[in-house]
This record gives sequence, C-alpha cells and structure tokens, in this order.
Amino acid sequence: MAGISVAVAGNPNSGKTTIFNMLTGARQHVGNYPGVTVEKKEGRCTHKAYDMTVVDLPGTYSLTACSIEELVARNFIIEQRPDVVLDVVDASNVERNLYLTTQLIEMGVPLVLAFNMSDIAERKGLLFDMEQLSRLLEAKIVQTVGNKGKGRVELLDAIVEIAQQPRRQRAGKVGYGAEIEMELARIEKVLADKEQPLAEKYGARWLAVKLLEQDSDVTAKISQAEVLDAVAGSIQHLTGILGDEPEVVMADRRYGYISGACQETIKTTVELRHTSSDMIDAVVTHPVLGVPIFLLLMYIVFFLTFKVGEYPMYGLEWFFDWAGATIANFWPAESASWLQSLLVDGVIGGVGGVLVFLPNILLLFLAIAVLEDSGYMARAAFVTDRVMHKIGLHGKSFIPMLIGFGCSVPAIMATRILENRRNRFTTIMVVPLMSCGARLTIYALLIPAFFAPRWRGPVLWIIYLIGIVLAIICARILRLTLFKGETTPFVMELPPYRMPTLRGLCIHMWQRGWLYLRKAGTIILALSIVLWAAMSYPKPAEQSLVGLTPEQVRQTELSHSIVGRVGRTIEPVLKPLGFDWKIGTALIGATVAKEVFVAQLGIVYAVGSADEKSQTLREKLRANYTPLTGFCIMLFCLIYAPCVATVAVTRHETNSWIWALFQFFGLTALGYAVTLLVYQIGSLF
Amino acid sequence: MVKLVAIDAGQGLRSRLLAMGLVPNVRITVVSNNHPGPFVLSVKGTKMVLGRGMAHKIMVT
Repeated sequence: MAGISVAVAGNPNSGKTTIFNMLTGARQHVGNYPGVTVEKKEGRCTHKAYDMTVVDLPGTYSLTACSIEELVARNFIIEQRPDVVLDVVDASNVERNLYLTTQLIEMGVPLVLAFNMSDIAERKGLLFDMEQLSRLLEAKIVQTVGNKGKGRVELLDAIVEIAQQPRRQRAGKVGYGAEIEMELARIEKVLADKEQPLAEKYGARWLAVKLLEQDSDVTAKISQAEVLDAVAGSIQHLTGILGDEPEVVMADRRYGYISGACQETIKTTVELRHTSSDMIDAVVTHPVLGVPIFLLLMYIVFFLTFKVGEYPMYGLEWFFDWAGATIANFWPAESASWLQSLLVDGVIGGVGGVLVFLPNILLLFLAIAVLEDSGYMARAAFVTDRVMHKIGLHGKSFIPMLIGFGCSVPAIMATRILENRRNRFTTIMVVPLMSCGARLTIYALLIPAFFAPRWRGPVLWIIYLIGIVLAIICARILRLTLFKGETTPFVMELPPYRMPTLRGLCIHMWQRGWLYLRKAGTIILALSIVLWAAMSYPKPAEQSLVGLTPEQVRQTELSHSIVGRVGRTIEPVLKPLGFDWKIGTALIGATVAKEVFVAQLGIVYAVGSADEKSQTLREKLRANYTPLTGFCIMLFCLIYAPCVATVAVTRHETNSWIWALFQFFGLTALGYAVTLLVYQIGSLF
Repeated sequence: MVKLVAIDAGQGLRSRLLAMGLVPNVRITVVSNNHPGPFVLSVKGTKMVLGRGMAHKIMVT
C-alpha cells in the first residue's frame, strides 16, 4: 500500500484537533517533538488504497520564529516535507485564519484547505465562491463540520488528489508592493550567489522574505556577511520610505492580499448582530461578578468529580480486594509463598491503590474538557490572571493547579498549555503543593483520630489553605530567583462560546486518562514491586514469630525489613518533628503512592489491613501521639516528596532528571523546615 | 471603533499581534474597557483579551 504523509496546520480554536480526530479516529499516538516539550500527535488513516500518516502540528497564528510551537510546525514542514499540508480554517472567521495560509503558500507546500465550522458560516449568512477562491489560493478547498463528522470523505479525496499531483511551482504569489519586491529581488540575487545550498533547500524568495522580516531563526542560518549586509541595507531603506519596519508592512500587505481574495469570493447576506457570546462575557468577566462565578464553577467541578466518582471508586476498591483475595486463595492457607505476597501486597496493593482513583481523574478531565471546549477556559484564565500575575505566573497556570487538587500527574501534563518555559517550570514545581486526592486518605484517617468533631472541618480546610499559601510563596520565590524573567504578555483569543460535542469530550477525556494509566502501569508497578521487596525482606528468623497473631507477624516482618531499618535509622532526624520510626516507615512507603501511608501505618501497628476508616488504628494513634504530632504528620505529608508517579511525570515534562530531583528534594526540605517550625513552636504551649 | 496607528512592543509580541490582525489602519472595536475588568477588542472578526500592560502599547486614533 502506498503511503501519504499529511501535516495538519491551523489556528488555535479553528477546530483543527476535531478534524484530526475525524481523520484518524482512535488510531492516535501522543508524544513529543524531539528535544522539545511540544506535544506531537500522530495518527493513521486508510483511504483508497493509500496508507496515510497524519501529524497534528501545534496550532499557530503564523509561522514566525517567535514561539517554539511555530518553529516546530515550520521545521516539520521544511525538514519532513509532508506530501500534503492540510490547513484547517475557521470558515466563520476566514480573514484572520488565512494569514497562516499565506505563510504556507509562501513555503510552496501542496495545500488542502478545510473550511471548518461551515455550519456556523452558513448561519452567519456567508456565501463562498469556492472555485474562484480555490484558484486564487491554488489549493483544494473542502467544506467541513468537524464536530459532526461532515466532509470526511471529501477531505480524504482531496488529500489523495493533491498527493498524486507532481510538485510544481506556484503560478501566483503574495505580492508586497513595488518597493519591497525590489529589495526582495536584490536579496534573492545575493542569496543565489553566496548561499546557494541554503537557497536551494529553502527557496530563495522564502529566505528573502524571512530575512526582511528579521526572522531570528533564518537570520542565524546565514553565514555570509554580504547577505546580512544587503538585508540590513534593505531594511534601513524600506523603513525610511515606508515609515514602518518591513515586517509590519509585509503583514499588512498579506492581509491586503487576503482581503482582495475574499472580497471577490465571499459575500455576506445577513446583518451581523451583537452576538450572545458578548452578552455572556459581559457577566462572566465582569470586574465584580467574574471571580465569584469562577469560584462557583470550580466548586461544582470538584463536587461532581468527587461525589459522582465515589461510586465507581467503591466498585474498583471492591474489585481489587476481591482480586487480592482470589489470588491469595491459589495457595493453601498455611504456605507463605513469596510470589503470593508479591502479587497481593506488592502489585495489587500498590498499583490497585492508584488505579482506584481512575474514575475521579476521568471525571475531572471530563469537567475540564467541558470548560475548554465550551470556550469558558479562556475567560477563566483572564479572571485568574490578575491574581496569578502578582505571584509572577500566567493566568493559564490556574488550570494545572486546579487539576492538581485531584492528582498531580495529569496536572503536570496539563502545564503544556503554558508557553513560557519559566512559568511552566515554576508551575510544575509547586503543583504538588495542591493537596491531591490521595493525601485526602491520610487526612481522613488522622483528623477524626485527633480532633473533636467541631474542629474537623476547619483543620482540613487549614491544611488545604497552607498548601495553597505555600505554593504562592514558593512560586514567587522561584520566579524571583531560579526562573527569573519576564512573564509572557497576556494576549488571548476569546473564541465564541460553543456547545461541546459528546464525541469531542470523550476523546479529550480519554487521551489524558490514558496517559495517567500508562504512568500507573509502568513506573508505579515497577516501584511498587521494589518497595514491596524492601518492606518484606530480609525476613526475621522463624523462632521470633512463634506465638504471634498474623498482624503481629506482619508487624515484626516490617520492622525487620529494609524499610523498617531505614525508618529506625532516620528516627533521630524525625524526632524534632515529633515523629518516631513507625511514622518514618509509613512515610517511606508513601513515596510510592500517598495512600500507602495509611496501609503502612496499619501494618506497623499490627492492625491488619487498615484503611482510613479504621477505628482501631485511630485509637492506637491517639494512644501514642498528641494532636500536635497528628497535625504535623499531615503537614509533612502535604509538603514533602511527591509520589513517584509525579516525579516520573515531572522528569518527562521537563526533559531532565535534575528538575525532577530538585522538586523531590526541594519539597522534602521545605516540608522538614515547616513541620519542624510548627512542631517546635507548638510544643511550647 | 478606532483605527490602529502603531504597536509599541518587542518583536515577539508585535509578531503575534500582527498575525492576529493588528496591522496599521485596521479597524478595531473596543468591546469592553472598564478597569479593572478586561480589555477586550475585536479585530477582523476575532475577539481577544489583552492584559492591562498591553493595552497601553497599542496606539489608535
């Protein structure tokens, strides 16, 4: 089967992703472009005996060198030379969208345009003379309605047709006016003379255009001084006679070209009225109402996620308990096999504990997908920007932080929406301070053990609040020191409000959920096994176990194992925090997954299999520790080293172990310092 | 409704704004501008919100 490579480009909010999904269905794969943390989505599709590989390029407004997404998209097109470039255009907003198209035209790529959201365009009363437009732009145009799946076959037909045509020079080009054209010709000549290989690879005119625009990436590729001198001379000359830098005038001329093409081919038949989007925005971004509305929506999101998620969560807990018991039954009651222990305690205990959260996480992603697809996210980012800006972050940072209240793993993955590396890294470092769902099990165990009913709500609230406050302080400090620098100016398109489609929502939800599953499946599984081994070996001598109850046996085994010994060794370090070796062992276990803390504490106190509702465990805790210690345990768990899944994702998203370890040890040090302070001061009373 | 005269900004920001339609002499509709609310404008059929600092960098008549 012959192959066709397709690259999908388009503005953000043009429905590009929906078109990509429409073409590739479930056969998708998400990764990174080599060397950068820009998401690369690839998919496959078969049509008319052709096997197509489709790459979804980052959504961009243009192809300059000013942002990493644009560079990645541009370089992919130049280096990988796809057979067809599919440009997704929002048909209800053609003029702005065609700016990117002009860039693609100048790169001379075989082009297919998808005029997406054509249903909205029709409702707006827009009429297109597709034949004329197609001829003017020298590209095939297909009308599509991405979120209803309309136009799929026509689009695939168009791609095949263009791919089959031999690559040829374009007849027309985007003209920039006499003065600029003269300078372009001059620069092209110097390029052909002095930088022939470059001119052949990229095309002399394209290079000349970019050089006049002072494109940093292209300028860096030029080594011959004559070329650079010629360019500098041209720029100076043009700025003089045009009154503005060439880049500005060229952008204007591009829009002129677009405007000309559109005037001939697009007619409006209906008066455009003040849209309902504007009316909603007046309320949602209102200086006074905006924040309360935002907080209300966030509350609803959380309530739904945790309430509705409870039922499937119980189901999963039950399933894992059942699985554990069934596997245990393969062995006759008395024989203690290491394999049984590995499977039941290690694998099912560790991995199951994390997978139990899957329903909550999927629901959280669903809620976020609704907010994003409907268009509200952009408004929310603006509402939060005022606060975020003061701590040196971008308004969009609130989204990962919000997700972090559910689980840090998808939260850190969500930081991809932050374009600025400094903002992104800062957000990644402080996201674990947003108390996650797993830590809730620890609070659920400890709070009723130590505090009277009327104090329980406030104490929980204080813990969450401390996390948020610390995150703000740390973010501020990080932005003033390690990640110092300008924050990106806040410019965000406000797309019109749309009704999300079920299909779109499910795809978004599933994509993020799958990444979380993969992390659980690999890293956590591996580390659960390692931890299990460290908790079970070395085993104490047989004689010392005579006459003990099963719980006491486990207690002794744990005490005797590596983890137990390490716990005892670090006890002196933990004493100033009010902890002992038993808490120490539980804390070590909790580095795999925070839920493990409760189970570990149960083992070390010989309570058998404990969960956060265990009264017996609570009684033992109350008997052994003061409320101050109880509070300090929760405080420490809030702050110190995030679970290994978080570390793994951090490493993946920052592309380096250094930052992941910095996060791990930095948070632990912070946790130690804060807990130390609280315990020591608290003990004075 | 106003007309854009110039953008006073670094190359990165200017590039982005140009690509979004803020070219010289383009018609801009200011949708909302009540401080401390957002500065929202509409240009070439696109609505966008700008941070406070940026509103000052866009010169109009």
